[in-house]
Formats: sequence, C-alpha cells, structure tokens
Amino acid sequence: MSSETLAAGAGTPARREPRHGWRLFAIWFVLSLAACLVIWFVWYPHLPPGRMSDSASGQQFDIAVLAITGAPVLIGVVLYFSYAIVVWRARPGDDSDGPAIQGNIRVQAAWIILTAATVLWAFVFGTVELVVPAGAGGGEGPSPIWKLAGTQSSTWTPGTNTMLQVQVIGQQWVWTYRYPQFGGFESTQLYLPVDTPVEFHVTSLDVIHEFWAYQLGVKADANPQVDNVAYTTPKQLGSVTVRCNELCGIWHGAMYNFGHVVSQSAFQSWASGVQAKEQADGLLAALPPYALHYDPTVIPQLGSNLVKVVGVTGAAGYYYNPGNPVTP
Amino acid sequence: MSVPARAAALVVAFLCVVGLGIFVVVYYIGSATTQLPIVHYTASGGQVNVALQEDPQNDSATRPDWVTYYTQDPTTKQWLHTTLFSVPANTKVNVTIYGYDGCTPLRNNYWSQVQGTLGGTVTVQQYNKDNKPLGGPATESVINSWADCNVAHTFAIPAIGLFVPVASPNANNSVNNLCGSSPCTPTSGGAYAAETFSFMSPSHTGTYRWQCLIPCGGGFVDGNGGPMQTLGWMMGEMDVVSS
Repeated sequence: MSSETLAAGAGTPARREPRHGWRLFAIWFVLSLAACLVIWFVWYPHLPPGRMSDSASGQQFDIAVLAITGAPVLIGVVLYFSYAIVVWRARPGDDSDGPAIQGNIRVQAAWIILTAATVLWAFVFGTVELVVPAGAGGGEGPSPIWKLAGTQSSTWTPGTNTMLQVQVIGQQWVWTYRYPQFGGFESTQLYLPVDTPVEFHVTSLDVIHEFWAYQLGVKADANPQVDNVAYTTPKQLGSVTVRCNELCGIWHGAMYNFGHVVSQSAFQSWASGVQAKEQADGLLAALPPYALHYDPTVIPQLGSNLVKVVGVTGAAGYYYNPGNPVTP
Repeated sequence: MSVPARAAALVVAFLCVVGLGIFVVVYYIGSATTQLPIVHYTASGGQVNVALQEDPQNDSATRPDWVTYYTQDPTTKQWLHTTLFSVPANTKVNVTIYGYDGCTPLRNNYWSQVQGTLGGTVTVQQYNKDNKPLGGPATESVINSWADCNVAHTFAIPAIGLFVPVASPNANNSVNNLCGSSPCTPTSGGAYAAETFSFMSPSHTGTYRWQCLIPCGGGFVDGNGGPMQTLGWMMGEMDVVSS
C-alpha cells in the first residue's frame, strides 16, 4: 500500500504511483464517520423495538452500537474491492502480470490488531450487555444474577416499587395472562402499569410457544412444565403486540393479540374490576391454585382416577388409552 | 452437445422444476382447503341462525374415529362435514351447537367462562338418549368443566374475543349412550346437549378462524394432533362477507 516507484517500461519515464493506502484510508475514514453519524443520529432513534421499556431501549442501544461497530468494517471491505476493480483493473491490451505480492509487516500488523480489537470489543460488549441490563436475554430467570428493579411481594399497589407478577400461559393458539397478586384471576387481555417493574412467568399448556412482547423487547420460550422468567419495566403508555415466535401448529401465525401499557391507577382499576367480576361469576373458584407451571397430562383437581394415561387424552370424562380410538 | 441444444435442455429442465413446484402447491396445498364446502348463512330480519354439531366420530372413510364438528346447510337442513361457513358483517349471529360428544376436562378451566356472547351467557338444555329434556334450560355464564364434567369442547373465535364452552350431555346419563353414527340427530339414540348463544359478527369483512380449545385429538400426544390441527374437524373458518 505504500507508495512505490515503478518502471512503466524500458525507455519510458518512471511514473509515480499514487499513495493508494493513504487514499483508501482517507476515503474509508470519511465514509465511516458519515455512516456512524447517520446510524447514531438518524437510524438509532427509529430502530426496533423502540423505547417502550428498559429492555427495548437496551436492545435498541445494542443494535446501534453493533451497527456502528460493523459499518466501518463493511465500508472497508466494499471500498477496497471497489477501489481495486476501478483503479487496479487490467487496461485494454495489457496482458502483463501484475506486480509481485510482497509482505508488508505494517499492513499485516495493522490487520491483526484491528480485527482482534474489533472481535474482542464485540465479545466484551456483547457479554456485558447480555448480563448486566435486565431484559437483554441473559442473567434472567428465577434467580437473576443482578439486583431486581423492584421488590417482590404477594400484593401490588400503585406508587410502590413492587414488581408486578404476570404469568403468561401459551396454548394452541391463544395467550392468557394470570395475575397472582390479584387473586390469581386470568384474562385474555394483557394490561401492564407504566413505570413498574414486571416479572413475567412464561409457561405453556401444550406444545412449545414463545412469548414475544415486541415493543417491550421481551422474548421468552413458553415450554410445558417450565417456568421461564423475564423482567422488564414499561416506560411509555401504548399498545404492545404479543406474538408467538415459535412454530407451534397450523395457526401459529394467528397466535397474537395486543397488550396495553396504562397508568398505574388505570391498571389498578382494571385488575380490581376483572378480579371482582371473576369472583362474582364463580370463575376464580373454578381456577386451579396458582402454580408456576402446569403438567399438560395431569389435572390434579379432578382426581387421579381421571388421569389414566400419560400423554394421551380423550373424551367422555376420562383419558383414552393409547389404542383408543386410534393409535398414532 | 451444441450450445443451442444445451441451452434448450437447460430451459426444459428449468421449466420441469417450476412445473413440479406449481403442481405441488396447487394440488396438495390448494386442495386441502378447496375440498371443503362452505356453508353460506344469509341474514333474515337482521339476524342469521348458524347450526353446528360436534360428534365423537364422523362419516368419513379415512378418519372415522376423529372427533369433529358438522355444519348445517340452512336451505337443505343437511349436516355437512365442514367447518367453513360465512355470515354477513355486523349482524347478530344466533348459534346453536348440538353436543353429542361426551365431556372432556378443560386443560385451562379459565375457558369455562363464557366470553364475547351477547349478555355474556349461553343457554343449555341437556337431553337423554330418548330425546327427553333433563330439567329445564339453564342460562350460564360459567360452565365449570372440572366440577361436574359438563363441557365437551369449546367454540372460540379469538380474533373477536368469543370463547364459549360447549356443553356435553349429562355425564352420568350419557355413559355408554353417546350417538354412534354421524351426523347425529336428536332421535339417533344418543344423549346430547343443545346450547344456544348469540354474538355480533365483525363489521370488517374477512376470514376469522375458529377452533376448539380442548385438546381433543384422542390418540395423539397430549390430544393436540389430528382433528385439532385439521380444517374441517375441530377447527374452521368464519368468512364475514358484506351484508
């Protein structure tokens, strides 16, 4: 890449090659700086999943930082190949070989140092972002490795820093939500109070689903007999799209609904209202005691005589045996 | 081989592959839905009357043991083995579901609650195998499937928030007395339940899927396969058309 003086041919005056390395660096630097500025100031505020929760903001930040990390690399690769194609292409009638490739210790050292630094930076940044902030996918679960954003309690009241517990139950092909701090009522509606740490307990009644509250930046597998815990704190009022993100059957694509982030007082009013209605209807008494997960083959409340065969169910008030009526 | 011949062979091979792909899509995927008839319900006096029945078996040649829904043609009154029907938009839909299948406990007893119907209730009348009513009709907002095993399936249209537990025949009365030949009728010798409810069809036209929420695919792991995953059996589509 350093400038060299090459003889163009016998009897021809020597032509001084331009300093390709510095020229490439200058172009790369300007383009990379421009790209990084555009990413940070123009693209970043509009990146998915938005800033509706601390989890979502964290993911948006991560995407922006990684984009800024990757943009100079991409620009460097594309620029080099474009430059080579344009500047070092073979001219018409030129059948000669190119100059011999010789080692350049400075280029090699720069290449190794820069690529190592880039990869190590991605490793450190990715590890820290996975572990430290809540909601980024690591360090969560029933025993999170960082201090929770709120306190855990069996009740929830507005204006406190108590975490709201919401159990998310997947089932082909609907979501239901259970609120253990409000008598364990269940609803097809997801309501969350703003500025409140939320503790999702995600499970399934049948096959594997995945709870994806898009604008909140929350994704958690919903597995039968598993309590998968994820945390977030909604920061903005608005609507949340909830999708299943794990292929779960013929109507997987239709397994979505919409949640709502509302004020704390509005949430208190909604939750109390639903709890009172389900209490009055007798539904609360009909629901099983709150549990962190459910065995799809067992309904203990019905008595063991109704649960005869593991994994195979049937009609007429009992479970079919594997050969009745048809063996798969 | 000459260049034109090679080019021609390449084009022919390409067309064969494309044709095979089109055949697979049209013949296998397309036919999966087009074979089912669609029952069209038209409004009379601003209302439509939809009639369904769910049976413990069916009259198909391939899957006679699968539990299934049937839909009644409003003109001929014949029961068709389909779960596709259409209703006008923004219209009161009166539904009658005849439950000939025995009870199955709900996995999530939350679905015992009636949701999305006009008034938030359903009216249930159970009959014995001689077509005699057992008691009087009962209007319920919750049919607790875990308390007395009176729910066989559910009828749910999640997109409009309609979730209805479908009553089964009385558990004690229907022991060994379920209808054994489909489509069933009140006089075919099986105990049954008739459940009625109403809801408003959406104002937006389109296709709304409906399904049973009880894993009732007997013989399949956790009851989730077979009829639970197949159009025409325990799941269907409601087309909402311009009124």
